[in-house]
Amino acid sequence: MPTYIQNFLKFRPLLNELVARDVKIKYRRSVLGVLWTLLNPLLMMVVLSVVFSNLFKFDIEYFPIYLLSGQVIFNFYNDATTTSMSAILGSANLIKKVYIPKYLFVMSRICSCVINLMASFTALVLVMLAMRVELHYTIFFSFIPISLLIVFSFGIGLFLAAVTVKFRDIIHLYSVFTTALMYLTPVIYPMSMLPSWLAVVVRANPLTNYLTIFRDLMINNRMFSIFDLGIALIEAIIALTIGLYVFYRNQDTFILNL
Amino acid sequence: MDKSVIIKVEHVSMRFNLSSEKFDSLKEYIIKSIKGQVSIEEFWALKDVSFEVKKGDSVGLIGLNGSGKSTMLKTIAGVLKPTKGCVKVYGSIAPLIELGAGFDMDLTARENVFLNGALLGYTRKEMEGYYNDIVNFSELNSFMDVPVKNFSSGMVSRLAFAIATIGIPDILIVDEVLSVGDFQFQAKCERRIQNMIDKGTTILFVSHSIDQVEKICNKIIWLEHGQMKCFGEAKEICERYKRS
Repeated sequence: MPTYIQNFLKFRPLLNELVARDVKIKYRRSVLGVLWTLLNPLLMMVVLSVVFSNLFKFDIEYFPIYLLSGQVIFNFYNDATTTSMSAILGSANLIKKVYIPKYLFVMSRICSCVINLMASFTALVLVMLAMRVELHYTIFFSFIPISLLIVFSFGIGLFLAAVTVKFRDIIHLYSVFTTALMYLTPVIYPMSMLPSWLAVVVRANPLTNYLTIFRDLMINNRMFSIFDLGIALIEAIIALTIGLYVFYRNQDTFILNL
Repeated sequence: MDKSVIIKVEHVSMRFNLSSEKFDSLKEYIIKSIKGQVSIEEFWALKDVSFEVKKGDSVGLIGLNGSGKSTMLKTIAGVLKPTKGCVKVYGSIAPLIELGAGFDMDLTARENVFLNGALLGYTRKEMEGYYNDIVNFSELNSFMDVPVKNFSSGMVSRLAFAIATIGIPDILIVDEVLSVGDFQFQAKCERRIQNMIDKGTTILFVSHSIDQVEKICNKIIWLEHGQMKCFGEAKEICERYKRS
């Protein structure tokens, strides 16, 4: 175990450089640069809330905030897993030539997504201020569901990265899967409008739990129950364990399949 | 002479499945495995190779194309994990396996210096200390803020060589990279490697130019079809190699 930690510490600077590179390249040659991480969710929210508050009418107070909070969570999960999926494939050049602990590539993608998450979280708070929604002290606890979600996404990301090296189909399959997943997560609709059989399916989706906890803290001034937190924690741990297991079992054969 | 062993290679074999390249998709894999067509064509790039390298030695690997030299170096560098056997390395490794492998073409040279340094396990602070040395050695003073994709291949190799040879690593792995740049720069590279040898760095050196090997190395490993043909003093093996 100590050798793992030693190795991680040795390559810590590399993690910083990889994340810095991701961010730099993403916004190179754009005038507003990193500001886009903040502007993007804001503009998306404007579009979606215009569409949904005119086309479909849900009985939700402050619909834009409901929607934006859902998007913050779902988009993070979506970006984090989709980008980590190609982390190993995209770094094929490096993996073939230099020894680096391979999980670092997945981790760096997750870290870049966390930076985006922080920006979209800021956007959410700004919108809440602009709409004069009351900010509750429970907001300070929102880091709990967020950190669990990060661990959860890291686990799924590791799993996907390892499997994708062997079967490239997963990339195409997964984009369909996430689209379905978005509709199975209460991002744009309220849970109350679902027929009971569908509500069961939606509740079984781990993201629903993370999102509900997060939303209750941000908007509804409601603390999570120990039960909900327990479920969220267990889901995160299971995802991480499976991800690490599959990744470590396969990582020595990556190079043969790249 | 009490030199300690720095690299220990024990019965290393490396197998590649030639068939693993053939299917990338799940459908193909399932159909072929049902039909029993997953033909496992094995290819042994290395077969039961064992040797020890002592600290301060400079070892040349020679052999024809496809004899397993690069595979050997990659297993020592930790990039490949041997199918059988094990490699033990006691010390830090600076791999010069392919120059510029760690470059991101969209980043500037300056940013790449830090990225590559981190790949070798140096912190940003340490890299700042080496920065001037790298710029001077690669002679790219006025190009440090240009994205690497606009560099010529010679410039890329010069920068990569300068980065990879900073500090005094315990082991330097050199794979066919001394053919970069013009002859002046080549001479400079050779001087730098010689300088490292003088400071006690162990060198693993692969080159097709037997003269270069003879000049730099004191021990030689001769590989043929993945097997070790002989291992010993540079002079006698060079003679035999030239005659064959």
